[in-house]
Amino acid sequence: MPAHSTETLEQDKGAQRAPRPAPAKLELAGIGKEFRTKRTVTQALSGIDLTIGDGEFVSLIGRSGCGKTTLLRMLAGLLSPSSGQILVEGRSLWNGAKVDSSVVSQLGVVFQEANLFPWYSVADNISLPLRLRGDGKEERRERAHELAELVGLKGFENSYPRELSGGMRQRVAIARALSIRPKLLLMDEPFGALDALTRERMNLELQRIALATNATVVFVTHDITEAVFLGDRVVHLTPRPGRIRQVRSIDFDRPRSIDVQTEPAFGAIVRDLRHALDEEG
Amino acid sequence: MNRERSKRLLPWISTPLILIAFFVAWDLFVRINDVSELVLPPPLTVFESLVEVVTEASTWEHALVTATETIGGFLIALVSGVAVGVVLGKVAWLENSLRPLIVASQVVPKVALIPLFVIWFGFGMTSKVIMSAMLAFFPIMLNVQLGVRSVEAGQREVMRSLNASRWQTFLHLELKSTMPYVFAGLEVGIVFAIIGTIVGEYLGGSEGLGYLVVRTLNELDAPALFAVIILLSVLGLLLYFVVHGLKRFFIPWHESVYGQQDVNR
Repeated sequence: MPAHSTETLEQDKGAQRAPRPAPAKLELAGIGKEFRTKRTVTQALSGIDLTIGDGEFVSLIGRSGCGKTTLLRMLAGLLSPSSGQILVEGRSLWNGAKVDSSVVSQLGVVFQEANLFPWYSVADNISLPLRLRGDGKEERRERAHELAELVGLKGFENSYPRELSGGMRQRVAIARALSIRPKLLLMDEPFGALDALTRERMNLELQRIALATNATVVFVTHDITEAVFLGDRVVHLTPRPGRIRQVRSIDFDRPRSIDVQTEPAFGAIVRDLRHALDEEG
Repeated sequence: MNRERSKRLLPWISTPLILIAFFVAWDLFVRINDVSELVLPPPLTVFESLVEVVTEASTWEHALVTATETIGGFLIALVSGVAVGVVLGKVAWLENSLRPLIVASQVVPKVALIPLFVIWFGFGMTSKVIMSAMLAFFPIMLNVQLGVRSVEAGQREVMRSLNASRWQTFLHLELKSTMPYVFAGLEVGIVFAIIGTIVGEYLGGSEGLGYLVVRTLNELDAPALFAVIILLSVLGLLLYFVVHGLKRFFIPWHESVYGQQDVNR
């Protein structure tokens, strides 16, 4: 096994895919997070710098405890960073420990669990964010219908979450996050609780949805294949404290078919990343 | 299809059959052992007496009194139980400091307080309403308290990530997810409310079906006693089904409701 570990930062390569010089969708500058208890201070994340362009799909991978979920929660406005700045289209998400609600309301978040509301139908679950925002009934109904079709749940609008399978529930959660046409879609291991086959199908679906909506996505996972398959770039975080170890550009054409995973180039990237993750021991 | 249909019809056939079997067994038991009518009247005698009791106008006045007391007490318990339950569920320090008091008041056999209520509030309806409210209050309050605390963390995160206001979170999440607990409390609460009323009527006053039980007992009219007990059971069943119907109406999405439908299918 090769023992060398080079700290490669290849962030620039990602720029190849976004030819227009659009303003950065998301900018992380010097993000750090400490968790303090009475006696100990745990440095969960330190010095995270990352710029994500419009329509880009960025996968975050790392071992459990590397702070990837912590980072996503900070991006989602659920947890305040101890240091650094998060800019969404140039606007700061956090003012100290307070979140700017006008910025948060432009984000869509999908969690590992679908977290649907069992008392609402699929359509009502999907359009809940619109309802909270005060959109009219007709508008909500239309948008819910449109999104149900987008995520492949046409005809299930009036079903209830209990009648859906795990994969279908996660589709509803994705549709719910997309309902407000978010500037940024944040996903925290959204398919982690699904079986392998469903997961593969959901990966293809997510790619299709992301391309169709030109969504900018930050996708946290611990599955290397999934990260490489979906990502324009893969960001590898190492633990204690969580830092960016490397950023890999993934240049396969889109839409990628599931067969891309059997290509040697794909295998090489996955192998590289796996070695890098293994070295952390 | 056919099998599903017969499954749905099953309770409609089995329940009457079981009832008939029960009455036949009862009748046979009385006949074979030659039981005195004072101890256990045969079902037919009870039925005759029931007809007599039902056709008497004063019976309905008594039933109305009992129903009013029960519903009154239940409504008081509903409002106060939900209010106190929500507050205690939300405010941890208050719950902690009041816990000894709550546990103590639960352990006290509340039925033993009825004579006291009679002294305080007289022989009229008030003492029974209070008794029934008191018995129904605790299951409702405790369930609501549990419900308020049982809102799923993941669903809370969703509301937070959607930038929902406190009111919106209450309306779309907390209220809805507490409802099943409220109804679980209400189903127990209505039964307790009836018990409270009837025991109250046993011990004091001159109205209500509970009083009728005592009177028929004093007259050693066992068939009438049974008839009144049957009336009480019917009243209890009616009230329970009203609460159960409300539950089906308000939380059709909950597994305690749709699960039942699956069984019947």
